[in-house]
Amino acid sequence: MLDIFSYSFMVNAFIVGVLIAVCCALLGVVLVLKRYSMIGDGLSHVGFGALSVAAVLNFSTPLYIALPVVMLAAYFLLRITEKGRVNADAAIALISSSALAIGVFVASINGTNIDLQQYMFGSILAVGQNDIIISVVLTVLVLAVYILFYNKIFAVTFDEGFARATGIHTSVYNIAVSVLTAVTIVVGMRMLGTLLISALIIFPALTSMRLCKRFITVVISSVIVSVFCVIAGLFTSFYFDDVPVGATIVIYNLAIFLLFTCLSFIAKFSKKK
Amino acid sequence: MSLLKVQNLSLGYEGKVIVSDISFTVNEGDFLSIIGENGTGKTTLVKGLLGLVSKHSGEIRLSEGVSQSHIGYLGQKNLVSKDFPASVYEIVMSGFLNSKRFGLFYTKKQKQEATALMERVGITKLRNRTFSELSGGQQQRVLLCRALCATTKLILLDEPTTGLDPIATSEFYSLLSELNKEGVTVIMVSHDVTGAIKMSSHIFYLGKTESFFGSTHQYLHSNVGKDIMLQGCPCDSCAHKEKEVKQNA
Ligand SMILES: Nc1ncnc2c1ncn2[C@@H]1O[C@H](COP(=O)(O)OP(=O)(O)O)[C@@H](O)[C@H]1O
Ligand SMILES: [Mg+2]
Repeated sequence: MLDIFSYSFMVNAFIVGVLIAVCCALLGVVLVLKRYSMIGDGLSHVGFGALSVAAVLNFSTPLYIALPVVMLAAYFLLRITEKGRVNADAAIALISSSALAIGVFVASINGTNIDLQQYMFGSILAVGQNDIIISVVLTVLVLAVYILFYNKIFAVTFDEGFARATGIHTSVYNIAVSVLTAVTIVVGMRMLGTLLISALIIFPALTSMRLCKRFITVVISSVIVSVFCVIAGLFTSFYFDDVPVGATIVIYNLAIFLLFTCLSFIAKFSKKK
Repeated sequence: MSLLKVQNLSLGYEGKVIVSDISFTVNEGDFLSIIGENGTGKTTLVKGLLGLVSKHSGEIRLSEGVSQSHIGYLGQKNLVSKDFPASVYEIVMSGFLNSKRFGLFYTKKQKQEATALMERVGITKLRNRTFSELSGGQQQRVLLCRALCATTKLILLDEPTTGLDPIATSEFYSLLSELNKEGVTVIMVSHDVTGAIKMSSHIFYLGKTESFFGSTHQYLHSNVGKDIMLQGCPCDSCAHKEKEVKQNA
């Protein structure tokens, strides 16, 4: 059973996968509750566009191009959403599909060696040494921010007006969350795929909210659900050849979401009786 | 002792002046109601007092020991979404944020204070309930409790009874009244003028063209307030008003 860990690329995938799962879950709770879910989706597409362009221009490490571009995009998407404009959703959808189109276009130019399939749906083989270092640093950062500022994160997420009135610089928190999300997405998307990474951000929080009614329990449950799905997905895709890992992880997330939904109905039903 | 002194204050958004040249004073123990028609800038004024809207000119002076981030605030709209997962206790505790820099845990003293305040506003039993599942009146009590955790000196409420049924409204008012008698200074924006008059020691009327500040009694005898209550004022000099009413009838 444990022969899976005799492959160094699997060990790498496990390390990065679990760390990204933790970050996605923690940031996802805030993004979902603040109704910023669309930002996660938009960023993955911008990330794809940036990675493709960087690859075509033959940068040795496309990550170093994608990271700053996506961080910048995160800031802009946040600003668009923060202003509460009616067409914020539309603007984000426009940005995502444009970035996606640019990525696909560039990747299809003759003579490039970009594997579109891998970018879209992810691959365990895409995980390298760089990713391990970045994801360790990122996870430490996310955990530190979460633990040190947990109460403020709750306050800003729950009621931004009150938080501002008590002197919290709410925009700093919003920017921190979106920049950390940007990094999480860029690191995670090559393993899990452009089209699937945002599911990892949104699913655990939504799933947990089915059963948990306190903020702290939603946070803890999201991390557990997220890590479980990534580990289960990695095992499954290892033992069934040719199953892409990203899709498998999303399917596990969907299954648990449905399970939690059923449980919440059962709980409601038995309460009424 | 004066807690808050506003002098010739002008406020607005991005160059547009909404509230101009207003002055009033709030002393410790006062209950000031800010009334006026919709859109005259009451919320803007409240946000200005909290430092959320920058002032164009004039002065907001807070007495020593009170700072802008130490005002208990209950905002106008309860924007909390229907399925936000948060317990009453989590929300109440978030009122302490101005007094704590960071960390996952609150101090023992804060927990005791919160417990006492929850008892005071009558939400002890709701402690572990989910906020979004409570009634409107219960939710406002929870948010009031959060404001009191920030401070028991001065609380600022912006139309706190909007959307409450008459019973919940009067319960909320009497709770506010009691807190005020116990020494909490209250500034409340209200569209419910008669309700406000019954509780307030002072009235600030913010009209489209004119404004008025004075004690509730002065307000009822002023040009802007004289139409509000034609009877029931206990003072001697009001006798003429009741006569007027009788003659008109
Ligand atoms: N964020 C804002 N930016 C620009 N104008 C605003 C903003 N908020 C309110 N206003 C304007 O300020 C005026 C006063 O609004 P408000 O203070 O909410 O009034 P009230 O609380 O008395 O009903 C309104 O004309 C409104 O259009
Ligand atoms: Mg208002």
